[in-house]
Amino acid sequence: MTDVAGAPGTTDRADAPEPAGERRGSEALHFARRNPKLLIGSGIVLAFMLLGFIGPFFLSDNPNEYVGPQTQPPNGEYWFGTTTFGQDIWAQFVYGVRSTFVIGLFGGGVAFLIGMTVGFVAGYKGGIVDDILNMLTNVVLVLPAMVVLIVAIAYLDVRGLFTQGMFIGLSAWPWAARAVRSQTLSLATRDYVDLARLSGRRTWRIITTEVAPNMSSYLVMSFILLFGGAVLTAAGLDFIGLGPSNGVSLGAMLQSAVNWSALQLGMWWWFVPPGLGITAIVGALYVLNVGLDEVFNPKLREL
Amino acid sequence: MTLRVNDLKVYYQTLRGDVHALDGVTFDLADGEIMGLAGESGCGKSTLGKSLIRLDSRMRHVGGTIELDDKDVPIADDDAMVPLRYNEISLIPQYAMSALNPTRKIGKMINELLRARGVRPADVTDELHRRLELVGLEPKVLNMFPIELSGGMKQRVVMVISTLLNPSLLIADEVTSALDVSTQRSVAESMVEFRDRGYIKSMIFVTHDISLVYQMADTIMVMYAGHVAEKASASTIINEPKHPYTQMLIGALPEVGSTSTAQGGRLEGIPGTPPGLLNPPTGCRFKDRCPMAFSKCSEQPPLVEIEPGHWAACWKTG
Amino acid sequence: MWRYIGRKLFIYLLTFIVAVTINWMIPRFMPGDPVRNMLSRAAINDPEAMASMTAYYEDLFGLDEPLYQQYLNFWVSLFQGDLGISVMRYPEPVTDVIMGSVPYTLGLLLPAILLSWIVGNRFGAFAARSKALDNTVLPVGYVLTATPYMWIALLLSYTLGIVAGIFPTAGGFSYSLRPEFSWVFIYDLISHWFLPFLSMFLVALGGWAIGMRNMIIYELEADYSNYLQALGAPRRLIRRYAFRNAMLPQITGLAVQLGTIIAGSLLTEVVFNYPGLGTLILDSLENRDFFLLQGILLFVVIGVLIANFIIDIIYVLVDPRTRVQMTGGSS
Repeated sequence: MTDVAGAPGTTDRADAPEPAGERRGSEALHFARRNPKLLIGSGIVLAFMLLGFIGPFFLSDNPNEYVGPQTQPPNGEYWFGTTTFGQDIWAQFVYGVRSTFVIGLFGGGVAFLIGMTVGFVAGYKGGIVDDILNMLTNVVLVLPAMVVLIVAIAYLDVRGLFTQGMFIGLSAWPWAARAVRSQTLSLATRDYVDLARLSGRRTWRIITTEVAPNMSSYLVMSFILLFGGAVLTAAGLDFIGLGPSNGVSLGAMLQSAVNWSALQLGMWWWFVPPGLGITAIVGALYVLNVGLDEVFNPKLREL
Repeated sequence: MTLRVNDLKVYYQTLRGDVHALDGVTFDLADGEIMGLAGESGCGKSTLGKSLIRLDSRMRHVGGTIELDDKDVPIADDDAMVPLRYNEISLIPQYAMSALNPTRKIGKMINELLRARGVRPADVTDELHRRLELVGLEPKVLNMFPIELSGGMKQRVVMVISTLLNPSLLIADEVTSALDVSTQRSVAESMVEFRDRGYIKSMIFVTHDISLVYQMADTIMVMYAGHVAEKASASTIINEPKHPYTQMLIGALPEVGSTSTAQGGRLEGIPGTPPGLLNPPTGCRFKDRCPMAFSKCSEQPPLVEIEPGHWAACWKTG
Repeated sequence: MWRYIGRKLFIYLLTFIVAVTINWMIPRFMPGDPVRNMLSRAAINDPEAMASMTAYYEDLFGLDEPLYQQYLNFWVSLFQGDLGISVMRYPEPVTDVIMGSVPYTLGLLLPAILLSWIVGNRFGAFAARSKALDNTVLPVGYVLTATPYMWIALLLSYTLGIVAGIFPTAGGFSYSLRPEFSWVFIYDLISHWFLPFLSMFLVALGGWAIGMRNMIIYELEADYSNYLQALGAPRRLIRRYAFRNAMLPQITGLAVQLGTIIAGSLLTEVVFNYPGLGTLILDSLENRDFFLLQGILLFVVIGVLIANFIIDIIYVLVDPRTRVQMTGGSS
């Protein structure tokens, strides 16, 4: 009806959809290669990921072992120094980075699956289903997740990475559900979704084949944010001693640094690396996310 | 002569190159003239409307001049345009429904806008009330938030705001497309009334709906792919179009002069699509869809005055 | 107006019921027998106290009663303000123990939240002014929000506290002083308060600045901004409108972020051994004082619900759109 808001005459409407889609894809790639935020962010994340997943192969199996001299500042042999017990902080750090990624993927993944399911179903079905799911979302959203997690996890005598990830996932999904729901609402009224519905396809098939692919960039960004949130929550839980029993994590390193007076003893090498690792990973994820947003959302490319 | 546009070229910058949205547009607009600007989506009509008041960040002025009341309009210089905006050239945007700040009372917003433009609100209060009344609104709307008004009411408020400083030129961009038929009519009538009362000197009415424009406009200009195809008085365009494109456009109307359908101006009757403007074809841009195309059409036809006040760009009419 | 508030209140009521139910369920349905476990490990040396504790909890848990009866009993004692007796500070009631810590947590949380919100919004709006500013404020903001609360607390404690020796690094006030209304004590209180406050303020600041920056950019793209620009309105006016409109979602953001910031305050308190709820949580974890822990959960939930409700009311007062819809405007 009205003029194309952007550049008139750029889109040849008679063209088949494939070239247009291809063109959009290559355009995204074009911007992706030139977006410093995306490049820097993903560079840092990838570097840490490689460190976390390959690094342990070059280190001993038990990073908590008392291997060296006690209370050594960083040196050639022990890159990040040693603890008051003579544990190698570099080894702990590498293993900690690995568990950071594991908990992020797992906790963020659980939250992502729940949030996506709730959001899709609520947005697509509407009506009473939407009302109930919405209410559920709001309730979980208002509950202060961390405190609930502390109380729930405190009762467990044996704690593993799995339970921690599960609990984090169960508490972190609401905002993602909200976001996915509102996106789905706007997509569910589109012609092609209507067509699919009329042709009698099953709900979950329509969601997976018609709705989800059209908001894939959005879903990727939601997952990244959930990943970062799960990492921070897990670090907090580890820090107050509710992490996986006998596990190695960056949060647990901070905890033992505080418990064994690293601050008072001036052992900065004990508490600086783990915090820096978390900040770098999560910060890089956030920056990567902004970069992705700019690539996928042409409006933001301007500024 | 109010407005004189000469060989105006405005391109959109995109990744793949410049989109030649306006590629040498020339026309005049007389005092008191209401000109309908028609054409398919993407022909450059909205770009022309925008170019006259404010280029957005991707639009680039490539060439050509604009004169308003014998003064140059420096559209490429955003700062130099500021004094002209609102005072000399004003706009009723396509998005009039959402053009008002949702969290300010309308009256307060108007006052702040006026003060920012160096006008004492008290000086124009009476006039504001009179004009609101003219479009059928009570002064109490000034005490309301935009959300409290219906779409048609918001449209009329924007109309009053945009014309409050009696601009020489008003650009109305697709103002009726979001309205129902009866509201369209009353908006169109109010516009004519505003012109008759001298609130605005002249107006460009951008639309895809030729039937509506025929009722209110003095002249109609038809654009095609960034070029002017034909400009003449409204009745000439409707009854004796010369350019093959205009002829097909008019021929596609269900019943000339009727507003019975809002789709009146849509161009489903013409086979094919307009050319992309990224690398526009040489020669006449309509030649691929034109039934009368011949060898000469590989050269670009100039816009010539084939009879007084009737301009067309086609080798067959020249 | 009342419909909106009524709907919100309903959600809050529901949340409260859910929280209480979770609270009731956790010790009963967790694997093992946490209650007996807790009592057997409780750090009470006095056998007499131990016996009376055991009797108290056996009675409270009514282990021979049917579940629904236990559930109802739980609600009844809740309404009597009875959250049980603290194991770690026997025989103090849980409510009293918590009330002793609440002022410290609030004293940290409220200024940190409000000041970071105000300053963050300013920074964000400032960043949206130009590309150069944006490129400096934005990365700093992202690094700050990505920082774990306890880490920034550790860094500040180490640098400003231990190395520079400007601020004390532990406790709510010096052990040598007694709580009284004197300048010496107030000064001492503030100097202990400052570092925990600063670390919370810094982390929260980044989030607000980023949120504001994104909202402002969105508002500057909005139709009303374009219209004003077309009418030649100065940038100043357009920015003022955009800033005001961008504040509204930031108020809602305050409610959404509340949980995260509270979690942050708990972690920060632990680092500084600040005598608020966070340190109390750690103590009760170490002493396996689960009744205290659960009491704290309920308190925090109630606090969050009250805060949410206040934010809702403020939002209604600030956003004319909700107000108009509530009084039944014609739209």
